[in-house]
Formats: sequence, structure tokens, C-alpha cells
Amino acid sequence: MAAVRAEGLYKVFGRKADLAVQQLKQGASREEVAKLGVTPAVIDASFEVEPGEIFVVMGLSGSGKSTLIRMLNGLWHATDGHIYVDGTDIVNAHGAELRQMRKEKISMVFQHFALLPHLTVAENAAYALDIQGMPKEERFARAEEALEMVGLGGWGDRFPVQLSGGMKQRVGLARALAAGSEIMLMDEAFSALDPLIKREMQEQLLQLQSSLNKTIVFITHDLNEAMRLGDRIAVMRDGRIVQIGTAEEVLNDPANDYVAQFVADVDRTRVLTASSIMEPAQFVVNADSGPREAQYTMREKQMVAAFAVGRRGDKLHGVVHDQDVVSAVRRGDKSLEGIIDTDVGAVHQDTYLVDLFAPSAENPLPLPVIDDEKRLVGVVPRVTLLSAMASIADVVHTADSPAQDAATTGVTRGFGTEASNAGQGGDA
Amino acid sequence: MILAQSEGFDPLNPRIEIGQWADDLVSWFEDTFKPVLDLISDGLGGAYDGLSNALREPSVILIVLLFGLIGLLFWERFPPLRALSMSFVVVPIVLGGAAGWGVHALGEELESQFLALLIVFALIGWLVRSWAFGIFSAVAFYVVAGMDEWDRAMETLSLVLISVIIATLIGVPLGILAAKSQVVSNAIRPVLDFMQTMPAMVYLIPTLFAFGIGVVPGMISTIVFAMPPGVRLTEHGIRNVDTEVVEAGQAFGSPPLRILRQIQLPLALPTIMAGINQVIMLALSMVVLAAMVGAAGLGLEVVRGLQGLQIPRGAEAGLAVVVLAIFLDRIVAALADRAPVVRASRVRD
Ligand SMILES: Nc1ncnc2c1ncn2[C@@H]1O[C@H](COP(=O)(O)OP(=O)(O)O)[C@@H](O)[C@H]1O
Ligand SMILES: [Mg+2]
Repeated sequence: MAAVRAEGLYKVFGRKADLAVQQLKQGASREEVAKLGVTPAVIDASFEVEPGEIFVVMGLSGSGKSTLIRMLNGLWHATDGHIYVDGTDIVNAHGAELRQMRKEKISMVFQHFALLPHLTVAENAAYALDIQGMPKEERFARAEEALEMVGLGGWGDRFPVQLSGGMKQRVGLARALAAGSEIMLMDEAFSALDPLIKREMQEQLLQLQSSLNKTIVFITHDLNEAMRLGDRIAVMRDGRIVQIGTAEEVLNDPANDYVAQFVADVDRTRVLTASSIMEPAQFVVNADSGPREAQYTMREKQMVAAFAVGRRGDKLHGVVHDQDVVSAVRRGDKSLEGIIDTDVGAVHQDTYLVDLFAPSAENPLPLPVIDDEKRLVGVVPRVTLLSAMASIADVVHTADSPAQDAATTGVTRGFGTEASNAGQGGDA
Repeated sequence: MILAQSEGFDPLNPRIEIGQWADDLVSWFEDTFKPVLDLISDGLGGAYDGLSNALREPSVILIVLLFGLIGLLFWERFPPLRALSMSFVVVPIVLGGAAGWGVHALGEELESQFLALLIVFALIGWLVRSWAFGIFSAVAFYVVAGMDEWDRAMETLSLVLISVIIATLIGVPLGILAAKSQVVSNAIRPVLDFMQTMPAMVYLIPTLFAFGIGVVPGMISTIVFAMPPGVRLTEHGIRNVDTEVVEAGQAFGSPPLRILRQIQLPLALPTIMAGINQVIMLALSMVVLAAMVGAAGLGLEVVRGLQGLQIPRGAEAGLAVVVLAIFLDRIVAALADRAPVVRASRVRD
């Protein structure tokens, strides 16, 4: 069962909201109903968020993201439609019922942190537990645990004013984690932070998520962030969800021109993986066969080196070089075992492009790409990597994208760091 | 009756009898609400008498209590003391009380009515604000006593304190309601404008009729005139609390009253205190008018000075009012500065 499910969700601001929803359902456009003096902020949104998933909602400012997320925990009432949290429709829930649901099931992290300035860090982190009615000692113990999780152990006595932006948001995160709810709503949680801090927080969130497995609805206007964090991404425009898919789906198969333009800007080196650009491995010899067979294959295809792959399961053993094969034949060796060079810089198929530069630079051969079973699934020749980069760079430099305000700075800066990261083998 | 008068209405030469209607309204009001009016009158009058007597001739109990309070402030003011165990807190209270008993005895000995209270004011000035302000308070109140205005100053202080307390008790909740409900806000805004801009003399007249000559109509007029900034700044303070922070309260399932108590009021407190400060200043500005309908105190002295064209009388009473104003203003401002939000915003490593 989906952790959160929205069905035909509408939110229209203004007196004639219900009438506007009727007209929208009959196919009226946003502009047409605007004549009624209403603002349709969310129009016919339907989606499901699976347990343990990071579901990113991405769109430009004003596209209705905040409105959408605030309906999910009932902070704002939906004008029409249904929201199921753990299977219960909360659209018509009121007062105590809603509060109970928020205490038990949904917590929230805010763009500007929303800490209580007159309370200490520990009291802030324990806030949700205080509301839940947990006794003082227990809740401070839990709050301290949560603070440790976000790297703020021992900071409990400070006041928010003493913390940097990133640390404040860690407290916001700790408060949500301490609440113990399965679902976390994050409305532009990292948008107010400096780019570097933002990256740090994203990494931390991913790290926490790998052990905690929360269900996270994450709002952002930053495409790079969406790609980095989202298991799935919903793209919003003018109140409507125009596409839902994985990062790669959205990138490679945009649902419409809008999405295409939006994604033209993304830093693809952080989204595309080795498997998306790899090519079939041609220079392969059988690791279980003798040097003679290898020599024959290599001469046939004019190879200087070949990947030695086991017959059973295609497992990559290493690489053999032409002169070694020739010497082995001369010596009369029966197997390739003695001459297989295992140091081939194999990369996993889910490695991001950004992390391929270093191994590629060090290795004269195409990078072998392997899967979880160490099977050779393809190779990335340097030329492939470089041309992938070139086409991305082209798109970035020529794109006149609607995401300009939001993402461009991130992308350009991103490229700068990418270049320097490449030398250090990336930072992920 | 109203009809009878409007019968002869000549549109070209109009006489609209609003004054008469107001008069009718007041008498109707008086007749209808007699029991309530009496209750208010007795309550306010009683409170005033009690407080002004207590301040003019403070009993040993009052002084002991005040010094106990000062002991507590002292304890709270100095962190090394505060760090001691909480059960220790009776000690400063008891010690303070004992000191109060001693001071009172000293006052009796010297036949000085004002000495004990003067010391109380100075100590409060010191503990709430600074030692310099403590000294200033001691000197300023000593001058008041020296001008022979002490008793009248205490009467005025009583009138102002009771008016301010009542104005706050009504004004702050009203401001909270106005912040929570746009309907209430819209409804009370014109009323507040009316209360503030109508020349204060004008509603002295109806209160005079309702409550007779004395201190009560003066207090009522003072409350009415001084309350609006309390309401306005409370509403303003609560509305201006960061919406995201309030949303955080809601998002974690806090009920509205708890959000009010834990989030909105603490964050709005400095603004609310600024409102109360203005209420105090407006109340002080009313003392002369209050005297015109029979309230005693410094105001009356000013009025007499005016009637008799006696510069010394007016000047001395006026100066005493200024002393009260400065003292109350600085104390309230210092208290506002000690609000948790303000303190937390000043914390440094
Ligand atoms: N309380 C409100 N009253 C009226 N219109 C609103 C309100 N809140 C948001 N809107 C409008 O709804 C639209 C979506 O806003 P929002 O959800 O905040 O977008 P986003 O978070 O994507 O920037 C905007 O056009 C905004 O002006
Ligand atoms: Mg938003």
C-alpha cells in the first residue's frame, strides 16, 4: 500500500473555489477560471508515494509545490479530491483527528527552519515529543539521539541564534526525526542554504535515509537537487503535475517541451550513470581458455589487450595484454591465469559519470563496467565519456531554460567543481 | 422622545440632536445597568483605596513581601546563585523578607513613611535594570518626597497601576482575539480609533454621570483612553509571528491554544510589552483629566496650580508625574528586554 496517495487533488484560493474546480474538471484552463477571481494553486494532482521512497516534487516558484505539500498533512484543506495517508482519507478529517495523524504519522521540515528561537536546540529537537506528551527525560534522551544522528550531538544547550543556517536545518531535521513518524515532508528544506552546505545536507539526508528508510516527500525548485535525491520525481507546472518518473526517465524521456526545457539545464554528470552511456564490450577473451585461443582472438580483431571473462556467469577476471599472451604461448602455458592483470579499474554500472573521469584518465583501456555479480556488462571508452560530456555542455550553454533562475547558477558552479572533482575521483 | 424632536425637522435648517441622543443613551444605560455599574464602581474604588492606602502607609507585611520579591529577583539576577539547587530559593526570599522587616522598623524609628518604599523602588530599579538606574530611582523618589508630593504620587501610582492592569487584562485578550479572527479585528478597529481620537474630556462626562464624582470615572476614562495600544500591539505582535514557525506547531500536532501559549505569545511578548508600556504612558497622561472629575493625586495638584495660577504647585506635581513616568517606562522596557526571545537572541558563545 502506498504511504501517501493523492487522487484528483485540487486547491483553489478564492471565494468561488468550488465553482472553479467544477469548471477545471470540465476542461477549463487555469487562465479561464482566473476570471472568477480565484487562484488555482493545485489542479488535479494524483500520485502515490511508496514506503521508503524519496518522492521529489519539482517545479518553478509559484507552481503550487508548497500548497501541495501542505495539503498532505492537512495544514491547508484541499478544495477537492482525496489524500490517503496509510490508507485513511484525511481530506475531511478535522481538528483532533488531524492533529493525531500529524503526531503519529507525518512530520515536516521547513524552508526557513521554523525553529523556536526562545528554546534551546535540545528543546527544539524535543518539541514534537513534547506535543506527543512524552515525559521530559525520555524526550530529551530521544532528542539527543536525533541530534547525534544529524551530527549535532552535544549542541543541545545552544540557542538557534548561535547556529549557522546548515546547523539550524539539522536541528529542523532532528526535530522531525525525533518525532518518530514514518513520513517526512520537506518543503524546500535546503533551498535557503549555501550551495556547499546544501550539498552536504543532501548527502547527509541520503545517508540517513539509507538506514532509516523514511517515506519522504521532498519539494524543490532545484533540478539538480531533485535528480540527486529523488527516487522518483514529479514535475509541476502551473498547478499541474506534468510528469512523474525516475531521474533518468525525466531526463531522457521528457513528457513534454516544458519538462525538456527544464531538464536541459541539469547537471547530467550527476544523474547519468555508467550504464546509461556504456557500450558493448568487444575486446573479450575467455578466461578459462588457454593462451593460444586468446592469441588467436586478439590477432583476428587486432586487439592490444582484452578483458578476460569467465565462461560461467561472464565474471570479469581482469585484462590480458598482447605481449604477455605471446610470451605465454611461447612458454607453452596451459592457462591465462598467470598473465591476467586484475588491476583494471572496473566501475560499477551505477557509478555517476562524474566519478568516471578519474579512473578513465588513469586507464588507457576502456573502463569495464560491472554489475553486482562482478559480471562485465559493458565498457566506457574514454571517447564515449568525453562525447557524452560534450553534448551535455552544448545543451547547458545553449539552453534558454525556464529553470534559469533556479538552477543555472547551481549548474555552472556545478561544472566548475565537477572539473576539479574529476581529478580527485569525485566526492560521492 | 427622539421621534418627537425629529418631527419638527427642517431639512434646510437642520438641527440633528446627537447631543441629546447621547444624553438619552447615557441615562438609558445608567438605568439598565445600575447593578453592574455599582459593582464596577465598588470594585474599582475599593481596589484604588486599598492600594493607595497601602502605598502611602505601607504595612510591615507589604514591605516584607516586597523585600521577599526583591530577594527572589536578586537570586534570579546573579547566575552563580541561580546555579545552586532550586530548593535553595526559599533562602533569598526569607532573607529578603527579614531585611524588609528591618527596613520597616527603621522607617518607624525615623518616623519616615516613605523610606521603606523608596528603598524598594531603588532596589527594583537596580535589579531589573542597572545599578545606575537604581541610584537614579532613589534620588528621583527622594526629590518627590522632598517636594512633599509623596502621598499624591502614591495615589497617582495606584490609579495608574490599577487602570493599566485592567486595560491590560482586557486589551491583551482582545488583541489575541483580533489576531485570530479577521472579523473581530475588523469590528474592533473603528472602536479603537474612536476610543483613541475622541477627546478624552468627552467621555469623562458620561462616566461622571454613571459613576458620580470621584476616582472611579477617572479610572474608567483612563482605561478607555489607554487601552487601544495594548490591543493593537498585541494583535500586531501575534500576527507578525513567523507563519512558518506557527505552521511548525501545527505540523507536529499542537492544538491552537498550546500554539498560542508556547509559540505565539512568547514570540510576540516584546511587542506586547511595548504596547503595555504605551498603555502606561497614556494612563499617566490622563491623570490631570482624571483629577477634574474628582480623582485625587498629582493631577489634582496640577489642576489646583492651574486654577490658582500657582507655578510652584504645578511644577512640583508635574515633575513628580515625570518621575513616575520615567520609572515605569524604564522598568517595563527592562522587563521586555528580559523576555525569553530577546534573551535567546542575545546569547553568544
Ligand atoms: N494563501 C494563499 N492565498 C492565495 N493564493 C495563494 C496562497 N498561497 C499560495 N497562493 C498562490 O498559489 C500559487 C502556488 O503557490 P505555492 O504553492 O506557494 O507555490 P510554490 O511553493 O511552488 O512556489 C501561487 O500562485 C500563489 O500565489
Ligand atoms: Mg514554496
